[in-house]
Amino acid sequence: MATIITITSGKGGVGKTTTSASIASGLAMRGFKTAVIDFDVGLRNLDLIMGCERRVVYDFVNVIQGDANLHQALIKDKNCDNLFVLPASQTRDKDALTEEGVEKILKELEHQGFDYIVCDSPAGIEHGAVMALTFADEAIVVTNPEVSSVRDSDRILGIIQSKSRRAIEGREPVKEHLLVTRYSPKRAHEGEMLTYTDIQELLRIPLLGVIPESEAVLHASNQGVPAIHQKDTPVADAYLDAIGRFLGETHPLRFVDHEKPGLLKRLFGGK
Amino acid sequence: MSWLSHIFGEKKATASVAKERLQLIIARERVGLSGPDFLPDLQKDLVAVISKYVKINPEDIKVGLEKQGNFEVIEVNIVLPEMR
Repeated sequence: MATIITITSGKGGVGKTTTSASIASGLAMRGFKTAVIDFDVGLRNLDLIMGCERRVVYDFVNVIQGDANLHQALIKDKNCDNLFVLPASQTRDKDALTEEGVEKILKELEHQGFDYIVCDSPAGIEHGAVMALTFADEAIVVTNPEVSSVRDSDRILGIIQSKSRRAIEGREPVKEHLLVTRYSPKRAHEGEMLTYTDIQELLRIPLLGVIPESEAVLHASNQGVPAIHQKDTPVADAYLDAIGRFLGETHPLRFVDHEKPGLLKRLFGGK
Repeated sequence: MSWLSHIFGEKKATASVAKERLQLIIARERVGLSGPDFLPDLQKDLVAVISKYVKINPEDIKVGLEKQGNFEVIEVNIVLPEMR
């Protein structure tokens, strides 16, 4: 059985694609055969974040419409052997994603022995976003410590609870996880930013992890290498911990407490 | 004293305001999306059931949704006709 994980948020620019790339890579690094699908038809970006943009020949919509087969469209990741990317179409309109088409491709991936299928949702609550969550077994809701992001996350949770197949068919509900991204322990400590516990209290779903705000994310996207590969950075370690928790391991939260810089550090700077 | 706070870098703690605002709006939107849709039907059914036993005016049953702390409470108010 393949497990379908949808990475969603409602709001744009909070880190869905960054998270999709890192979660998919993290699962593949643990030995699971993993596919990551870009559902953002018309505005594809997962290919850039994964660094495979120059190898895109066929896309998700080509496969749905039968212009190419899945094998031709899947791009093997350059960092992980058992990770494959299915890019979104840059040219078609979003209605090209039909429910039957999406279901057929997910079934075929399962048939090919994939353990995890990660669906990178577009922003918003319209067709593309609904298609990305329709078949979800688990959902990772990416939220920034900021009012509009928290509100939109709550909206998207409502949609998961009403429009997913699991909800419609009355099966066990989609398992929801909260991932707080772009977190600044210092600003949260000083009362300038919602804390991760505030957000969890508001959204009332289990916390999968807290990813700190970091320059490493921009370095990663500049190079087309998922942030989880930026060795020994807090961002990569936080994603690795989140993967562990997703797989049922216990890891204490890191990078969430603010340490006051010592006198020397304050005088001489440094990172 | 603004120059003092400037030197010492006093910052505004606005996160608590954000949290309060979110608590209110999220609660309201959750109700708006999943709640009151069924209230008119509930009211009709209650009128039908109670009318079996007591003669009442449909307007004398009021159904409302309220929030008390973390709980949502359905409040039903039934005014029985005066006994003579």
